[in-house]
Amino acid sequence: MDLNDTPEQAEFREKVRGWLEAHKGDAPPRSGSSEDPDYIGARRAWQGKLAEAGLAGATWPKEYGGQGLGPIEQVIIAQEISRAGVPGILDGIGIGMLGPTIIAHGTDEQKSRYLPPMLHGDEVWCQLFSEPAAGSDLAGIQSRARESDDGSFSLNGQKVWTTNAQFASFGLLLARTDPDVPKHKGLTMFIVPMDAQGVTVRGLRQITGEAEFNEVFFDDVTLDVDNVVGGVGNGWGTALTTLMFERLTIGFGSESFGSPTHLAETLAKDDAARRDSSVRQTLGEVITDMTAVRFGGYRALTVLQKGQIPGPEAGLAKVTMVNAGITAMDLALDVLGPEALATDSDWYYLTSFLPGLKSAGGTEQILRNTIGERVLGLPPEPRLDKGIPFSELRAKEKEALAS
Amino acid sequence: MNLALSDEQQLLREAARGALSRHKTVEAAREALEDPEALPDLWQMAVQAGWPGLLIDEEHGGAGLGVFDAMLVAEECGRVLASVPLLGLVPATALLSAGGDESLEAVAAGELRPAFLPARPPGDLESGWTVEPASGRARAEAPRAQVEGDEVVLDGRVAFVPDAPGAELLVAVGEAEDGSPVAAAVPADAEGVEVEPVTRYDATRSLGHVTLSGARGRRLDADGDACADAWYVAQSLLAAESVGAVQTCLETSVEYAKERFTFGRAIGSYQAIKHELTEVLRRLENTRSLLYYAGWARESKPDEFPLAASAARSAGGKALDFAARSMINVHGGIGATWEHDAPLFFRRAELSRRLLGGTHDATDRVAEEAMAAPA
Repeated sequence: MDLNDTPEQAEFREKVRGWLEAHKGDAPPRSGSSEDPDYIGARRAWQGKLAEAGLAGATWPKEYGGQGLGPIEQVIIAQEISRAGVPGILDGIGIGMLGPTIIAHGTDEQKSRYLPPMLHGDEVWCQLFSEPAAGSDLAGIQSRARESDDGSFSLNGQKVWTTNAQFASFGLLLARTDPDVPKHKGLTMFIVPMDAQGVTVRGLRQITGEAEFNEVFFDDVTLDVDNVVGGVGNGWGTALTTLMFERLTIGFGSESFGSPTHLAETLAKDDAARRDSSVRQTLGEVITDMTAVRFGGYRALTVLQKGQIPGPEAGLAKVTMVNAGITAMDLALDVLGPEALATDSDWYYLTSFLPGLKSAGGTEQILRNTIGERVLGLPPEPRLDKGIPFSELRAKEKEALAS
Repeated sequence: MNLALSDEQQLLREAARGALSRHKTVEAAREALEDPEALPDLWQMAVQAGWPGLLIDEEHGGAGLGVFDAMLVAEECGRVLASVPLLGLVPATALLSAGGDESLEAVAAGELRPAFLPARPPGDLESGWTVEPASGRARAEAPRAQVEGDEVVLDGRVAFVPDAPGAELLVAVGEAEDGSPVAAAVPADAEGVEVEPVTRYDATRSLGHVTLSGARGRRLDADGDACADAWYVAQSLLAAESVGAVQTCLETSVEYAKERFTFGRAIGSYQAIKHELTEVLRRLENTRSLLYYAGWARESKPDEFPLAASAARSAGGKALDFAARSMINVHGGIGATWEHDAPLFFRRAELSRRLLGGTHDATDRVAEEAMAAPA
C-alpha cells in the first residue's frame, strides 16, 4: 500500500507544479459570476494557456491536440491546479465528455473543425441531453428533429439543466428522429450552433438564487446533415459514450463538498457544541463518510492505474458524499442557528445547493437501480416500454393520464 | 498510488480462507449457543497458519507483517463467524513487540497464548485511561499500576476482555499514580489473577471478566503511544472482521433475492429490496476503504491511525448492524428463525458493536480527532 507517486508520476507532478508556479499570476480568480462576460473571457483565456502547456485535455490523443496521457496524470493535473489556488479549465463538460464523444463517433471533418477551438477555450460547449420530461429515463426525450426533403433537419423542443449554455458556442444534442420505432432506436446526436436561428437560452434560477443552469428552447432550428454525430438513428450508442465519460469526471472530481475541516473547526470553537454528545456523534459520522469517500477515490485510482475502468459501484461515492454534505450543513445550522442561513454565511450556498445535487448525474434511486442490477446482479424491474414504438408509448401515457 | 493487495497479501487471504473452510464454523456458532463445547478449538489451526506471529518481527520468529495483513485474516474469520482469538492476540503482540518482551518467541511459536486487556486512551473530555465496565455507560478506571523495578503490580477489574479465557499471558495497561499508562505482561496463572469466562449473545466470542488483585507482571518498555496503538489495532481488527461478516450477509441476501418470487417476479427486482441491498454494498465499500486507510496510516502515518481505526470501527459496526438486519428483512420470517444463519450474523453484530468501547465511542473519537486536527 502506497499513496505516493511513482518516480515517473512525481516527475510529471514536478513539471506541472513548476509551470503553474510560473504562470499562476496570469490566472483569474477561482470563482466569479458566470453572468460577467469579462470573467468568462478571462477563464477562456486561462484555459487556452493551460491547453498550450498540455494541461487541458491531457487524456485526449495527441493527434487531436491532447497529450495521450492516462487518467492518473489527469488527476495529478487537477490536484496541482487545486493546490496552486487557480481555476481549472472552463469547459470541463466539453473537454471531459463531449470532445471524447466526438473523438469516438465524429467524422474527420468534425474532429478537425471542432476539437482544437474546444480545447483552447475559443469555443465553449454545452450538453443538451436532459429535458423537463426526461432525465433518469433519458431515452424518453421528446425533442424532435424532422428530416426535410433537402436532407437537412428541423429541430423543435426544449432542454434543461444546461450548464454553460449562456456562453456556449455549440451544444451536443440528443433528438428524436424517428418516433415510430422503440425509444432507444429513433435517436440521433447533433452538433447545434448555439447562435442558430430559433435557439433561445434562459437562465434557470435554483434554490441558491443563482442561475448555474439554463433552459434551452429550439424553434424550427435548421441543422445540416453534417451536424449529425455517429449516424442517424445511432444517438443512443453515442449518448452512452458521453455518459461513460461523465461517470469518470463525476467519480474523480468529488474530493469533498463542504469542507469537513471547516465544519470541525467551527464546532471545536463552540464549547457547548464541542462537548455535546449528539453533535459529536453526527460530526463523527460525517467525517467517517467523507474519509471513506476519499480513500474510495484512491482505490478507484489504483484500478485506473492498472489500466482498468472502475465499476459502477464507484457511483455510490456520490451518494455518500452528497448525503454526508447534507448532514454536515444540517449540523452546522443546528449549532450556529438562524444566522448560518444569512446569504453571506459560509453555510448558505451548500445548504441550498445540495438538495438538488442529489439528482445530478443520475438520481440516487436510479444509481441504486443500476448498481443493484449491474454490480449485485439483481434482476431488473419489469418494463412497460420495451419493444414499443415511442409514438405508441406516448399515446398510452396520455391515455393513462386522461383516465 | 497503490491501494491494492500485494501478491503476498492475496496468498495470505486465500490461505486463511482455505484453512477456515475445513471447519463448520457457522454451524458451530449456532450449536454453541446451547452447547459451548460444540465450538471447535481453532487455536491450533491459527498456530499452524502462523497467525500468532503475524506482527512479531522475524528476528523473534514472527512474520514481521503489518496490521493490515492481520486485518485480512480477521476479515476471513468474520466472513464465516470463526471463533479465532485474534482480537485478544494481535493487539497483545503489538504491545509485546513495542515493549520488546521476553515472551515474543514463545508467542510467535504458538507456545504461549496472549490476550490484550483493552484500555481506552484518554480523550478531550475524559482525561484518564479507562476500561470496559461490567455494566452501564460510565467507563471504569483502568487498573492501578505500581511500578517496582522491572515489575508492575496491578489492581483493578477489566470486564468483557476478548479471548481472556484460555489465554496464558495477559497484556494489560494500567495507570500509574501520576496518570501515565503502564503496560505489563502478566502470566494468567500469577497470584491475584482471576479470569471469569463469560459469553453474551454471540457464542463464538469468548470473553472474560479479569480481576487483578495485586497481580504481578513484567513491565513492558512501552510508552503511551504504544499503549494507545494496541487499542486502535483492536478497533481495526473489529472493523475488518465486520467487513467479512457484511460480505457474507450481502452475498446470502442477494442470492435469496434472486430466487424468491412474489407476485410473479423475483423480490430482488423490486426497488425496495434492491435499494436496501445497495445500501449494504455502499456501507461495505465505505468500510473497506477505511480499512485501507487504517492499514496505511499505521504503517505510514501513525498520527492518523487513531482517526483511521476509529472511523473504520464506526463504519464497520454500523454496516454490520445494517447488513444483518437487512439479511433478516430480505429473507422474511424465515430469516428470524433459529435454524437460519441470519440471526447468527445479527448476534455477531449486536455484541461486536458493544465491545471495546462500542461503536458509539469510536464515532466520538472520530469527532474528537477531527476537532483537534490543526487547521
